[in-house]
Amino acid sequence: MFRIDFNKLRFLVCDDNPHMRRILRTLLHSFGAREVYEAEDGATALEMYSHYVPDIVITDWAMPIFDGLELAQMIRQPESKGNPYAPIIMLTGHSEKRRVTVARDAGVTEFLAKPISAKGLYQRILNVVANPRPFIKTKTYFGPDRRRNTNSAYMGPERRVGEKHEVLQQPSLLDKARSSI
Amino acid sequence: MAKNSAKDIEVKAFATHQVITQPNPLRKVLRRVEEKDLDDPVGRAEQALASLSGEFKDWMAIEVQRLSAAWTAVQKDGFTKKTRDELFHAAHDIKGDAATFGFASAAGIAESLCRVIEHAPDLDKVPAELFTHHINAILAIVHENTRLDRISVSAELSRRLRKVADDYLAHVNRDRPEHLEMILSPNIAPGE
Repeated sequence: MFRIDFNKLRFLVCDDNPHMRRILRTLLHSFGAREVYEAEDGATALEMYSHYVPDIVITDWAMPIFDGLELAQMIRQPESKGNPYAPIIMLTGHSEKRRVTVARDAGVTEFLAKPISAKGLYQRILNVVANPRPFIKTKTYFGPDRRRNTNSAYMGPERRVGEKHEVLQQPSLLDKARSSI
Repeated sequence: MAKNSAKDIEVKAFATHQVITQPNPLRKVLRRVEEKDLDDPVGRAEQALASLSGEFKDWMAIEVQRLSAAWTAVQKDGFTKKTRDELFHAAHDIKGDAATFGFASAAGIAESLCRVIEHAPDLDKVPAELFTHHINAILAIVHENTRLDRISVSAELSRRLRKVADDYLAHVNRDRPEHLEMILSPNIAPGE
């Protein structure tokens, strides 16, 4: 079994709602984190990202100036001087399939729908720390591998070309959701 | 800590993409412990969250005040980008926060309100009652939630408002299949 030494991790929390920031700060400090930086909009978050070089970013979607999606896209610039690889956990009230897909395609590492829970947050952090995915760079995407399993029988339209296991066969997220109801 | 030096980063090039791997930059914060390890960070965090709960009702009151003000602005100026966005964000914050604050039914109603704002083809044509019923229900739930016998009423109110809103959205989007699919699709984002 593994534990995380939270006191060695540096977090950047970005949410325009002060109550949610307080809750996140409380949870992270309870996990053991000491360094938790907070921003209330995307622009401030990007500035703090460059300045403090956090290990993990936790961001809301809807925010002033620019939103969490744009923040993720700005962090995921492969040629940037900063760190384009930091795990990004999107914590949002949006929970629709379309939103999850858009967030994934912006380079978000993990998606956590509100209402927030200590368990859900801990699991996302554990996942990004213990199971980092390789990064993929295409003409239109730079971010963590969007594949979540390794089914080599996938024959879908977006299969990559040139790998031994080129594409993954997996049911759509919508089908998965329907079958679990 | 989160970034390796360039020499540690391995890039494999394929026909349409590159696969970039690097040693886990966060591996140093992982610590193997015995199965019987008694430390419970999640339990500790839940306790800390519970200790905040005394403030939740006040926080919720602030959120509904914001929603109420956003609706007042709509009534005064009509649906402009600014008033629409503020109403949506106020409802969206309640959707995300209310369950944490102990007002799960209010979260459900706020979600229903968000769906109306997001998927109605013309907000000016939405019956005003559909908005006021949602907003008044949220206000009532927050103000009356201290009585346990109100909770089942709140849940029923939330369920019925969602049904009315969904029926309305299905009707007005009957010729907009992309919206119809989104309206009818279940939520899939993991919360746990």
